Amino acid sequence: MQSDDQVKRLRAPFTEEVARSLQSGDRILLSGVIYTLRDAGHKRLIELLESGGESPFPLKDAVLYYVGPTPATKGRVIGSAGPTTASRMDPYTPALIERGLRGMIGKGYRSESVVDAIKQYGAVYFAATGGAGALISRTILEAQIVAWDDLGTEALRRLVVKDLPLTVIIDSEGRNLYHDGPQAWRRSHGYED
Amino acid sequence: MKKGRIMAIRIFDVDLLRDAVEKMCGPVACDMPTDVRSAIETALTVEDAANAKSVLSELLKNYDIAADERIPICQDTGMVVIFLDVGFDVHFIGDPYEAIDEGVRRGYKNSALRMSVVGDPLRRVNTGDNTPALVTTRFVPGDRVTVTFLAKGFGSENMSRLAMLLPADGLEGVREFVVNTARNAGPNACPPLVIGVGIGGTFDHVALAAKRSLARDIGDHNPDPFYAELEQSILEEINRLGIGPQGLGGRTTALSVAIEVLPTHIAGLPVACNINCHVARHKQEVL
Repeated sequence: MQSDDQVKRLRAPFTEEVARSLQSGDRILLSGVIYTLRDAGHKRLIELLESGGESPFPLKDAVLYYVGPTPATKGRVIGSAGPTTASRMDPYTPALIERGLRGMIGKGYRSESVVDAIKQYGAVYFAATGGAGALISRTILEAQIVAWDDLGTEALRRLVVKDLPLTVIIDSEGRNLYHDGPQAWRRSHGYED
Repeated sequence: MKKGRIMAIRIFDVDLLRDAVEKMCGPVACDMPTDVRSAIETALTVEDAANAKSVLSELLKNYDIAADERIPICQDTGMVVIFLDVGFDVHFIGDPYEAIDEGVRRGYKNSALRMSVVGDPLRRVNTGDNTPALVTTRFVPGDRVTVTFLAKGFGSENMSRLAMLLPADGLEGVREFVVNTARNAGPNACPPLVIGVGIGGTFDHVALAAKRSLARDIGDHNPDPFYAELEQSILEEINRLGIGPQGLGGRTTALSVAIEVLPTHIAGLPVACNINCHVARHKQEVL
C-alpha cells in the first residue's frame, strides 16, 4: 500500500519532467491554472483542432479537469464542482495528449489507448473524489468561461485552484492505482485473486 | 358505485404537488439523508486502508459543507425520478405530471442546481430546466398522494445492467450477475455504492423494481428473510472485491444491496442491477 502521510504539492501547468516524477498512489495538492472540459467541449475541441483551428487555451503542459459544475450562487466563483467519469473522454484524449496535454483530473477507468498515450508522452491521470463537489468548490479561487458559453455547464473554463486534493491513478510508467490498490487490499486480507 | 358505500373523494389541487416537488429539490441536493451518512460513518470505523479512510473522511466533510453552505453535495444534481403513489379516492384538479415538472423547473432554478437533462437522446439539446421528471404512477388504497423523489446521477446510472437470465441460472446466477455488475462499475460509479436489484417480472418491470429499491433507506431489508439474507450475502461478497471507496482499495465497495422481487414467467429470470453512488439522494413526502 502507498504511504498515506506524504502529500506532494504541485503547480499547474507542469512539464513532462514533472509528470514523469509522479507515481501512482501519490497524494497531491494541486495549485495553479487548470481548464475544465467534458463531453460536448471535447467534441468541439477535437473538431476544431482537426479542421486546423487553434485551441482556445494553451494545450501544452495543460491540466484538464473533467467537471460540469453547478451554477455559482451569490458570493461564490463556482458551485459544486466534483469530477465526472473520465472514460467518456477516452475517444478524444490520446489526440490531446499528443498535442501537449499533460494532466487529466477525473474519476474512473481509462482505456488502453489513453494509458499508452500517457506512457508515450509523459502525462498523468489524477482522480479527485467523486461526490465531494462542495469540498472541492472551496479550493477553486477563480473561474472564468474561456469559450463555448452556449454549452452551459459544459463550457470551457479557466480555473485557478489552491490545494485541490488529488490522487495519482495512472502514472507515466503505466502503473494504475485502480488495479494495484484493490489488489493490495485483497492480498492483505487473504482474498487472493 | 356499490350500494351503501359512502362516496369519499378527495379533491386534490395539483398545485400542492407542484409546491411539494419544488421544496424537495434543494434539500435533496444539499442534505445527505441520515441513513447514508451513518452508513459512511460506520464504514469509516471498519476501514483499515489509509486511502479508504481518507476518502470517507472527505465525504463526511463534504456533506457538512454542503449542508452548511447550501451547495450541492455533488455537481451532478441528477435527473428527477419520481414514484407517485396515488390513493384510489384522489381526484386531481389539473395535470399532476405538468405540476411535477413545474416543481422541478422552479426547484432546480431556485436552488441553483445543475440542468442535466437533454430533451432528445440523440439530438442532445439541454432542456434548460432539468425537466421532464420521469414519473411512475401506482394506485394505492386511501386518499393520499405519496411522492418518492430520487435525484439520480448518471456516473452510476451508466454502470447499471440488466440481464434476462434463465430459470436454471437460479440464485447463483443472480448473485454472480450483481457482483459482476459492481466489479465492472468499479471507480466509475463513485463507490461506496448503493445497489438496487430487481428480480423477476418482465424486461421493463424488473428495471423499475431495481430503481424502486434505491428509494429504500440503507438498513431497511427486504421483509422476506430469504431475500434479506441474500441482500446481506451479496453485499459481503461485493465487499471482498477490495475496490473500496473511489476504487482506491478498501473494504467499503458498497454500503447496501436492496432487492425487490416480482412474480415472473415460467421461462424467465429477469434481473436488473441499478447502481447508485454514495450520494444516494432520496426523499419521500406524503400529501
